[in-house]
Amino acid sequence: MTGIRIKSRISKVLTLVSTAVFLAACSQDGDGVGVRDPHEDANRRTHNFNLAVDKAILQPASNAYGRGLSRETRQGVGRVASNFALPGRVVNNLLQLDLEGATRNSFRFLINTTLGFGGIGDPAGNDFGLEEETTDFGETLYKWGFGEGRYVELPLVGPSTERHTVGRVVDLFTNPLGYALDSPENLLSPTATGLSRIGDRYEYASTINALLYESEDSYAQARNLYLQNRRFALGVEVTEEEVDEIDALFEELYGE
Amino acid sequence: MNSSKMTRRGFTAGLMAATSALALLPTASFALNARQASALVTQVVDEINAIINSGQSEGRMLRRFEGVFQQYANTTVIALRCLGADARSASDSQRRAFVAAFEGYIARKYGRRFREFIGGRIDVEDSRPVKSWFEVRTNTQLQGSAPFRVDFLVKEAGGRNLFFDMVIEGISLTRVEREEIGAMLDSRGGDLDRLIADLHNAG
Repeated sequence: MTGIRIKSRISKVLTLVSTAVFLAACSQDGDGVGVRDPHEDANRRTHNFNLAVDKAILQPASNAYGRGLSRETRQGVGRVASNFALPGRVVNNLLQLDLEGATRNSFRFLINTTLGFGGIGDPAGNDFGLEEETTDFGETLYKWGFGEGRYVELPLVGPSTERHTVGRVVDLFTNPLGYALDSPENLLSPTATGLSRIGDRYEYASTINALLYESEDSYAQARNLYLQNRRFALGVEVTEEEVDEIDALFEELYGE
Repeated sequence: MNSSKMTRRGFTAGLMAATSALALLPTASFALNARQASALVTQVVDEINAIINSGQSEGRMLRRFEGVFQQYANTTVIALRCLGADARSASDSQRRAFVAAFEGYIARKYGRRFREFIGGRIDVEDSRPVKSWFEVRTNTQLQGSAPFRVDFLVKEAGGRNLFFDMVIEGISLTRVEREEIGAMLDSRGGDLDRLIADLHNAG
């Protein structure tokens, strides 16, 4: 029974990976430079929808969650969520041939799941210097040479690129824990992840509110912040255009 | 200590033999600059750490933060980069007025956010040359969040070392404010004078 189920899941993953490769191959040019957003109008509509969801649901929920639980408890939930995500990260480390990252994340998972009581504590980080090496299938696609594609704002999820979107979908299936656990234990990880997101909305409320409700054009600013941070996480360098612009301005002002 | 002696010796040798001087000088001045860049950021960070742990009233802390920004940041470069292409078509007096209005706007806007730093700490990690400037990496640990990276970009300007950008986990203050200023200018039909007037009350 289980064997058959795993096989059918694996074939699903393979289908998804080939879809991903196909999709990403379609959008290789212009990686990491400027903003490619040909569907801006549709994206803006999604942005307005996301803002409405934030106001009506996410903000009230995060306020209740944040006021109801202590910061220590919320941080514990956040740690459990990232601990559950680790096996999936190890898979991506391996797909990127990053053996060191895979080893570190594996040990981190083993230590925190046992000594850290399922990841509530972080003895791996505190006592063994094993910090989390975050990665995802979007990064795997980047390492494999696929372009970032067009910018897209996803409903409920928020800013993304085509490549990152494919990565997010594939990552729903890359975590071996999803296959190892049966119901209802397999609900633990998505629940912790959901709560951790709500907790982050509370913890970073002033930053997020400033972005969403105080900037002149919150859609453009969210896109700007996302692209900068994502490119930084992937290790994309400063563009020559920006370097030239900085040098020209200093030359003009200080005549170097 | 040692490296400053090395520099002087390298310089003397360079005077005696022009060819070796050409080889030595760039490295010597680079090393000196990386140290100076790091020293500048250490000074900034020490002051910020002192302020956030001073236990003073928020209003007082805010004024001190503004002072740090005025003293160590190259606000002219930050302001003009945020104005982008529109800076080139502006007159000299418009540019001056914009830089002045921008300084107040940025101090108010980010000064308010510094309260999130209370009880936190920032540590300078290293300094390295990047393109034509120096990138000084710091590690920031705030209460209730994982440590994150803040880079200060430092470049000499008219004989002073100042930071001309602050980059938080890859997000550059300049690129954020360029987007903001651009959007503000658009919604005012590209009228720079109106933007300058409004900036005095924004942030």
